[in-house]
Amino acid sequence: MSDKSVLLAFNNVSKRFDSSDILVDFNLDIYDGEFFTILGPSGCGKTTVLRLIAGFERTNDGVITIDGKAVNDIPAEQRPVNTVFQSYALFPHMNVEQNIAFGLKMTGVPKAEIQQRVTEALELVKLSGFEKRSPSQLSGGQKQRVAIARAVVMRPRLLLLDESLSALDHKLRQQMQMELKQMQRRLGITFVYVTHDQEEALSMSDRILVMNNGQAQQIGTPREIYEQPSNLFIARFIGEINVFDGTVIEKVNEFSYLVDIGGVSKKVRCDQRLQENDPVHVMVRPEDLRIEYLEDKPQGRSGFMGIVVERSYTGQTLDSLIDLGEGRMIQSSEFFNEDDPDFDYSIRQKVWVDWVEGWEHVIKKSAI
Amino acid sequence: MKAFRIIFISLILVFLYAPIAVLVGNSFNSSKYGQKWGGFTLKWYEKLLENDSLMTAFGHSLLVAVLAATTAVVVGTLMTLAIYRYRFPLKKTTSSALFILMMSPDIVLAITFLVLFMALGVSLGFWTLLLAHTTFCLPFVVITVYAQLKGFNPYLFEAAKDLCASEWQIFTRIVLPLLLPAIAASWLLSFTLSLDDVIISSFVTGPEYEVLPIRVFSMVKVGVSPEVNVLATLLLVVSTISIAIFVLLTKNKQLNKSN
Ligand SMILES: Nc1ncnc2c1ncn2[C@@H]1O[C@H](COP(=O)(O)OP(=O)(O)O)[C@@H](O)[C@H]1O
Ligand SMILES: [Mg+2]
Repeated sequence: MSDKSVLLAFNNVSKRFDSSDILVDFNLDIYDGEFFTILGPSGCGKTTVLRLIAGFERTNDGVITIDGKAVNDIPAEQRPVNTVFQSYALFPHMNVEQNIAFGLKMTGVPKAEIQQRVTEALELVKLSGFEKRSPSQLSGGQKQRVAIARAVVMRPRLLLLDESLSALDHKLRQQMQMELKQMQRRLGITFVYVTHDQEEALSMSDRILVMNNGQAQQIGTPREIYEQPSNLFIARFIGEINVFDGTVIEKVNEFSYLVDIGGVSKKVRCDQRLQENDPVHVMVRPEDLRIEYLEDKPQGRSGFMGIVVERSYTGQTLDSLIDLGEGRMIQSSEFFNEDDPDFDYSIRQKVWVDWVEGWEHVIKKSAI
Repeated sequence: MKAFRIIFISLILVFLYAPIAVLVGNSFNSSKYGQKWGGFTLKWYEKLLENDSLMTAFGHSLLVAVLAATTAVVVGTLMTLAIYRYRFPLKKTTSSALFILMMSPDIVLAITFLVLFMALGVSLGFWTLLLAHTTFCLPFVVITVYAQLKGFNPYLFEAAKDLCASEWQIFTRIVLPLLLPAIAASWLLSFTLSLDDVIISSFVTGPEYEVLPIRVFSMVKVGVSPEVNVLATLLLVVSTISIAIFVLLTKNKQLNKSN
């Protein structure tokens, strides 16, 4: 993003339903032209945030601004925002063309222009030729496209998509993810996408907001969120991660500490300032672990001996569950060379577990 | 076993429809008392047209049925939308009250109306009749329309709002077209209910505004005249057609399914 002008902002927004707090002092900035994703488990308040933006719900407190102007008192039909509903919500008594033209008609756009814009929108979602079909004659994926076309044709400043792809099957979903991303680049409209699927969030977004229990946990690029989760919840929510509990022994130099993990001392990087004896979580993604098939601890290296207790082959990787003793289980995920004759699929071998220094992510314990 | 089943079903059908068949047959029977077939005739139909008092009552019945059905449908649809879309005090009470109205025996309703009209000092006639009929049709309208409304994706209305439609545009372009089958169906149902009501009508109308079922009722006390057979046949045709349309309209769930 070259120019980071804020398009939409939540300033200390609170929202209650029947006296239960859903959002409390919620703050958020969304930049013009970005693909922004709100990611969080079901029930954390994602839809509520979208509905507040669209104007279907009203804030109990705080201000929502679009282009710097407060929109709290502007009704949904007057906001420069359109929504793609999870359930599509296509009008069943209108054909595809009429569905897409509906919003333009309501705003009094001249007939000739409506015709042209509808045609363009249909081309955009690759549904040219489907003009006269009724929604009941469309597949789920096609309905989804019509719902997108119906919103995009309005040329909103913000397009809101609520779990838009979750009803589609895996393959179609991946294809639609690509298409959505391309569409967003081409149109230059700001997309706010809601999902509980971390893979989807990581693959499409410019920035991600991770939410839990109505609170913003972290905002960042997919890479920041994945590699430097700011707390344990995010680390675990965004994919698999191994968490080693440790204690700081001493500072080695700036951002670098010696940490004791169950009797093994490892040198780790940490951007936070740590003191001696601070409890920390040392987190390593399964694919960042290095596995060696050794019978005994190698001399002069710090790592962990373990026993493989479970294996599963996923096609690209070999995933293993490794017992480090004392109830500590970790997961590893190895890319492998299919032609390697020595590659061992069996279980119960002894392995040596280690990782490249600096690939771990360390946070202070109870930093939630 | 199969033969037994066929016989059994035939017996039921005979039991149910034999009286109706006899009635329809007799409306074309030239023998006056209908004990035996005296040949095909349409003279009773002509006689009926000449029977002024019956035709007047018939006209009254049709007028009341059309007006009551129309009023009930308009008021009932608006009530349904209010119950569906808005939260208001006494919302629960309103819908339970409608159910009670529907479940009450006619005789109870009839007495209730009579007591009410007496207390208000209104003279019984067209207006009291219309009011009573509209009232007892109302719950059927609400229930039919509400059932259809519940079948829709609730986000349709928000989607329309999101696409800049005003409340009025949402009503005329989304709600009404989608509800049309249910509205038409409940109109026909109300029309039929009003047309053949005897009990409530006999309590809430006066002698100068007689409706058909009451007129017929007093006629058959002195023996069934062939004109009554004719009338019954005609009513049967009207009711059958409206019920058939009602079934067709409410069965057409295609609109609901497409979401
Ligand atoms: N209209 C409503 N009335 C009462 N509670 C609601 C309403 N909408 C949402 N909630 C509650 O708010 C919380 C957040 O809901 P939602 O925003 O839909 O979560 P998400 O989209 O992340 O799954 C949930 O606990 C839900 O039960
Ligand atoms: Mg949701």
